[in-house]
Amino acid sequence: MTPEPCLEVRGLTVRFGSLVALDGVSFAVRPGERRGIIGPNGAGKSTLFNTIAGDVSPSAGIIRLRGREVTRLPPHRRASLGMARTFQTTMLCPRLRVVENVILSLAALRSVRHQCLFPLSRYRDLRDEALRLLAHVGLDAKAEWPVRMLGHGEQRQVEILLALAQRPALLLLDEPTAGLAAEDASTVTAMLKEYPDDVTIVLIEHDMEFVFDVVERVTVLHYGRIVADGTPEEIRAHATVQEIYLGGTP
Amino acid sequence: MRRVALAGAGGAAAAVLAALVPSLGLPQYYVSLLTQTWIFGIAAMGLDLLVGFTGLVSFTQAAFFGTGAYLIAILQTQYRLVAFWPALGVAVAGTVALAAVFGLLALRGEGVSFIIITLALNEIVWGLAYQWVSMSGGDNGITGFVRPAVAGVDLSGTAAFYRFCLAILLACLALLMAIVRSPFGLVLQGIRERPRRMEALGYSVRSFRYAAFVIAAGFAGVAGVLFAYYNQFVGPVNLSLDTTVQILIMVILGGVGTLLGPLAGAAVVVFVSNALSNLTQRWELILGAIYIAILLYAQDGLVGIGRRFGRAVCGTPGARGAAGGPAMSPPPPGERDGQA
Repeated sequence: MTPEPCLEVRGLTVRFGSLVALDGVSFAVRPGERRGIIGPNGAGKSTLFNTIAGDVSPSAGIIRLRGREVTRLPPHRRASLGMARTFQTTMLCPRLRVVENVILSLAALRSVRHQCLFPLSRYRDLRDEALRLLAHVGLDAKAEWPVRMLGHGEQRQVEILLALAQRPALLLLDEPTAGLAAEDASTVTAMLKEYPDDVTIVLIEHDMEFVFDVVERVTVLHYGRIVADGTPEEIRAHATVQEIYLGGTP
Repeated sequence: MRRVALAGAGGAAAAVLAALVPSLGLPQYYVSLLTQTWIFGIAAMGLDLLVGFTGLVSFTQAAFFGTGAYLIAILQTQYRLVAFWPALGVAVAGTVALAAVFGLLALRGEGVSFIIITLALNEIVWGLAYQWVSMSGGDNGITGFVRPAVAGVDLSGTAAFYRFCLAILLACLALLMAIVRSPFGLVLQGIRERPRRMEALGYSVRSFRYAAFVIAAGFAGVAGVLFAYYNQFVGPVNLSLDTTVQILIMVILGGVGTLLGPLAGAAVVVFVSNALSNLTQRWELILGAIYIAILLYAQDGLVGIGRRFGRAVCGTPGARGAAGGPAMSPPPPGERDGQA
């Protein structure tokens, strides 16, 4: 018996007016899998990502998270069911401290978020947990800095940390190495590789080498459709994929 | 920890000093203006929770202020409910109930459309007060109600009522400070900065905005109740767009996201508008010029000016780290709104 997929997408179609951004996309990601989604610009990667995360409503099709249909749920409900995401352009609270950003991630799914009379400083365990997580990526010394004082690479690390801190069942990464220097990109790669096996990761990337390095299965999108699906080796050798990426006509 | 103790001592000293004002032999006129400052300060600080901490600009604050005031007048003149605490309870509950409905409507919009809806809602309440003559007295408003004694203390005198308003102000300030320093307060600030991120983290952005909207209205209701007793007259002007803009200007003038700033803003607006209106009939023109100057040259308001002045005088940036936090790399001006 095959285990229930962590994420299942069936017949997902998204239309913006007459433009069909996604055209009947179906795939399933099993628990613990690392899946890459690639494709040239305009292939529909970001639309697919935002539809799974709940920012875009599909015109047709369904999305299941751990067997539960989430197609019409708002993003915050999906988060409470175990989905976490990063944003392509870093989206942190710039005027809040680094540690406060992490605390917000930790508190998001706990009842403490409604508590409005006792000071935050009373919840030492929340803060200690945030500092531990920051220490793990070497940012604990800058915990009290406002986020906007961090470098681009560091902000990227915090961005991913916010998603990881929730120990999600499904982690969606939107171009995690976008705009990063090679050194910072490899830090991010290392961060992902050492993450526990039980977390399912779906990542969208432009950088093929990065994708092949971290994932075990790759789905290729082109003009809103899946054109190939396989292991990195299979995809590398796939004729259609080569054509797409080398600019040939499909 | 020392800074916290210092701030606490400073605050207590300021409160004692403020309580002594009526005994200093000042003309009653100034004591009255300060009373008005405390009252509008409550409404402005409440609005700051919404504008400065949650990032929502609302034009409905006067409607809630006026609703609190009208309810007091109506309860006393038409329903013979004179006792202070029950009347306060009913008036604030009524205001909060109105906000609970208005919040649902206004939060259907975001950004500019939210602002426009709040503006329209304020006009609806104003129109109701203006035209529902049997209930509100229309343009004439409502008079003929009194300041009841509270816990046996007679509040009819200027000094006694001044101290009473000061006490309520301090209670409201303490409550608001607790709210902004709580986990809930941090969530509001996160929503101010990056609503989409907060939604993705699992926060229902709309629910938190709604809560902030209703809480802010509650404070406006309390202020309105005090204002009704202060003025012993309630009219449509108290919930007009003019009043809404005035409360908003107090917040912006003082410095958004600072709580104490809007209180300072309330003082400036109350004193300057009264002083100028004694000098010239064109006082609104001068007041307008002052507002524009603040918006052009000191967008972080009086609190921002104070901070920069303090830095220039002391020569040090002044470590404003959180209690127990390391004193390092102090943020640049205006960086740490909400932690004043």
